[in-house]
Amino acid sequence: MKRYALSHLKQLEAESIHIFREVVAEFERPVMLFSVGKDSVCMLRLAQKAFYPGKLPFPLLHIDTGYKFPEMYEFRDRLAKELGLDLIVYRHELAGKLPHPIDCQKCVNTLKTQALLDALRKYKFDAAFGGARREEEKSRAKERVFSFRDQFGQWDPKNQRPELWNLYNTRINPGESIRVFPLSNWTELDIWQYIYLEQIPVVPLYFAKERDVVIRDGQILALVPPNSLLPGEQPRRMLTRFRTLGCVPCTGAVQSSASTVEEIIQEMMTARVSERATRMIDHNVEASMEIKKREGYF
Amino acid sequence: MSASHTVQEFIRNNAQKDILRFSTCGSIDDGKSTLIGRLLHDSKNVYEDHIAAIKQTSRKRNFSEEIDFSLFTDGLKAEREQNITIDVAYRYFSTPRRTFIIADTPGHEQYTRNMATGASTANLAVLLIDARNGVVTQTKRHSFILSLLGVPHLIIAINKMDIVGYRQDVFEAIKSDYEDFARKLDIKDVRFIPISALKGDNVVHRSTNMPWYDGLSLLELLETIYIGSDYNLVDLRFPVQCVIRPSMDFRGYAGTIASGIIRRGDEVMILPSGTVSRVARIVTYDGELDEAFPPMSVTITLADERDISRGDMIVHRHNLPRLERHFEAMLVWMDTSPMDLNRSYFLKHTTRTTRVRIDEVRYRVDVNTLTRQPAQPLTLNEIGRVVFTSVTPLMFDAYQRNRATGGFILIDPHTNATAAAGMIIEREPSDHLPSHITGPAAYPSLTRHESLISREQRSTRFGHAPATVWLTGLVGSRKTAIAYALEKRLFDLGAVAIVLDGENMRLGLSKDLDFSSAGRAEHLRRAAELARLLNDAGFLVICAFTSPNADIRRQVAQIIGLDRFFEVYAQAPLQWCEQHDTTGLYAKARRGELPHFAGINAPYEPPAQPALVLDIPAISVQTAVDLILTLLRQRGIFTRPSPPNSPPPPTPSHSSHTDSP
Repeated sequence: MKRYALSHLKQLEAESIHIFREVVAEFERPVMLFSVGKDSVCMLRLAQKAFYPGKLPFPLLHIDTGYKFPEMYEFRDRLAKELGLDLIVYRHELAGKLPHPIDCQKCVNTLKTQALLDALRKYKFDAAFGGARREEEKSRAKERVFSFRDQFGQWDPKNQRPELWNLYNTRINPGESIRVFPLSNWTELDIWQYIYLEQIPVVPLYFAKERDVVIRDGQILALVPPNSLLPGEQPRRMLTRFRTLGCVPCTGAVQSSASTVEEIIQEMMTARVSERATRMIDHNVEASMEIKKREGYF
Repeated sequence: MSASHTVQEFIRNNAQKDILRFSTCGSIDDGKSTLIGRLLHDSKNVYEDHIAAIKQTSRKRNFSEEIDFSLFTDGLKAEREQNITIDVAYRYFSTPRRTFIIADTPGHEQYTRNMATGASTANLAVLLIDARNGVVTQTKRHSFILSLLGVPHLIIAINKMDIVGYRQDVFEAIKSDYEDFARKLDIKDVRFIPISALKGDNVVHRSTNMPWYDGLSLLELLETIYIGSDYNLVDLRFPVQCVIRPSMDFRGYAGTIASGIIRRGDEVMILPSGTVSRVARIVTYDGELDEAFPPMSVTITLADERDISRGDMIVHRHNLPRLERHFEAMLVWMDTSPMDLNRSYFLKHTTRTTRVRIDEVRYRVDVNTLTRQPAQPLTLNEIGRVVFTSVTPLMFDAYQRNRATGGFILIDPHTNATAAAGMIIEREPSDHLPSHITGPAAYPSLTRHESLISREQRSTRFGHAPATVWLTGLVGSRKTAIAYALEKRLFDLGAVAIVLDGENMRLGLSKDLDFSSAGRAEHLRRAAELARLLNDAGFLVICAFTSPNADIRRQVAQIIGLDRFFEVYAQAPLQWCEQHDTTGLYAKARRGELPHFAGINAPYEPPAQPALVLDIPAISVQTAVDLILTLLRQRGIFTRPSPPNSPPPPTPSHSSHTDSP
């Protein structure tokens, strides 16, 4: 490498750090959405880097639907304790109490999106960091780094502020907010390389293990509460891992033998399926992500 | 091969890779989406589930089994419904040699705003030309915007070569047309490739259909084009983003290196204060560094305690940016509400946000013909050259030299919309820029409150109407002497009069201003506002200011009020003023020590229609006073008669305040 050149990961890192600092300098009450997944832990490391040797100047917020994997809760609480994080866990009153079988659409609308909007309002957060990446999904490809949300938390894709250079427009009126995406320009492969290079701990669900699963509608679902067998279904034991982490009822596993970060990267290098293919929620309606985002989802 | 060995090799390879950010542009039917789809597909950067989905959609829409490559860049629901692209979309792919970020900018009527956005961070642009149509208006328009945004490299992809029979003469004719046109633009590096996005010729793989072309394929060029020199490594500019102060013994200045290289031990200057210190440490989470360069985000500590905050800039002492409030820029208007000259906008530049006033639109560029049009407020997607004055000084470089310190955005203070993007121009020193002083109020929501005392009531008490006598003329034309003599005479006649002169004001009210044209204009604005307040209080105000600029005197008159402003021209030949000069100012100006000295190295614009002209060399100061007094009497301002041979009347009593103890 030439002397005064940065590798692409170092460039992405520098850009993300710039974004974190810009928010802290210009907003009253920022918060970081922490979903416990791989993107969240990367985001957390980048935030630590941005304010080193100081502590994080904002709290973390976990919107807990009550349906996360037990490993996620364990990981979250251990991390918060080890790093001394200011972690807010917010649960909708219906969290973990939806009627069976769980309606994934309803889970997202109420336990995630509505709960998120409620929490942002309750704590008067004016800027919220999210770990979304433009590469993930086509409506995200047009998302700004600083994404304006009106008083109802809604996104208007037709009326976005132009974003030039690294000059972000942070001006809002009371009640409005900005969603900030420091990982906008990162890809899934970048995330895993960064986790590898930085030795960032991740939830063990990402690693392959023999798991009790059921195959339903082409998706491999873990047999973990609240999932249970429907009449006529057979339980199976398969070597699987999770490529993305969400709620138990709507997160599919993939067949894989990748049990280390190295092996995951190797798998990614030959991966031929996009990561959101395992998110059942995205398949429901055409343009479903765009609709969710308009309503206030990340 | 073990997984860990492969991964280590892979990551090692990746550590050598850099990012190329490029934007794509072209008219609607030039095949841009197809090209991007082809690039992603042929370089194996598309996932199988995406391909499956696209095959399905291709069947549904085109009734064809062939992949419609344009669908890879299919975007929002709203866009599919209208079959247009609304917004810049960002796409990511990588090859073993490089990672790429594509800013895919649509070609329809919102092109200017979107193209400027996409181009602002691009190292390179791929501009498509339809081989059947050649260089068209759109091509010129897009090229102009790319050159305006300072995109360093440009690839002209002449597409649809399959339709023109892969003919070399077609390619060469378009290339030569474009070269003729591009001479007018400022783009450093232009390359040409004949392609067919639809058939895949020269996109990823070199084509066998055009043996006459012996250059690289588009992807090969994207992978190898040298972008290392795109960053400015010469001029250190470190805008302070925030101060990190976790404890009493650590105070770090966090920011992203905009340009240049900073090293431990460097002597640095902090702007705008101008204080000097030394770089003590360059701190990062991953350990301390000896040096840092763009675009690294670091934290710097200094050897001395200095008062530094967000918006300040750390630079090398002998390589300074411009530090000024008055500057000129090319502006791309991006808001649906047009430019409002009576509004003060927020300007965000590096990490500094200030308010600015738009002094003047010099011209508008017709992007279709690249000609200059008469100035008028810019509207959505228009581009023009604009003069600004900011409330606090900016530390800037010309955009062409430094994108990071030459670019800014304007934000509408009412809607918070990003109204415009600006690129600062080097050419004019700020002293030559036109300036305005009757700018809008900084906060337009303020309202003016009316006094309960009427003008007539005040006039009755003082025995005269309020007015401002504005003496203008060259330095040494006896303005000040006349002003004070007039004040004395009026006082003796029982009037309430006061002199405002330039030098006195510079010692107090205008102490913070420099002698640049913006500083001078502000100085006169303050004098005018003060005169207006004193007039409102019922006073007679006598102003003595060289005020050489006719336009600014006109603005002064507007502030004070045309009905009570009397322009008096102290007319004296330059030679006479210089000969009788006792201040030494003319000598200094002749030696070039005083820039913009009226009559010597800056023009004096005599009033076109002054209320009174004083022929200075011919008359005495007392005669001048008599003439002005006569003027005031004629105009009904001061009607009290001068008592012949009688002592001046006593000063009127001012102790009529009812609330005094």
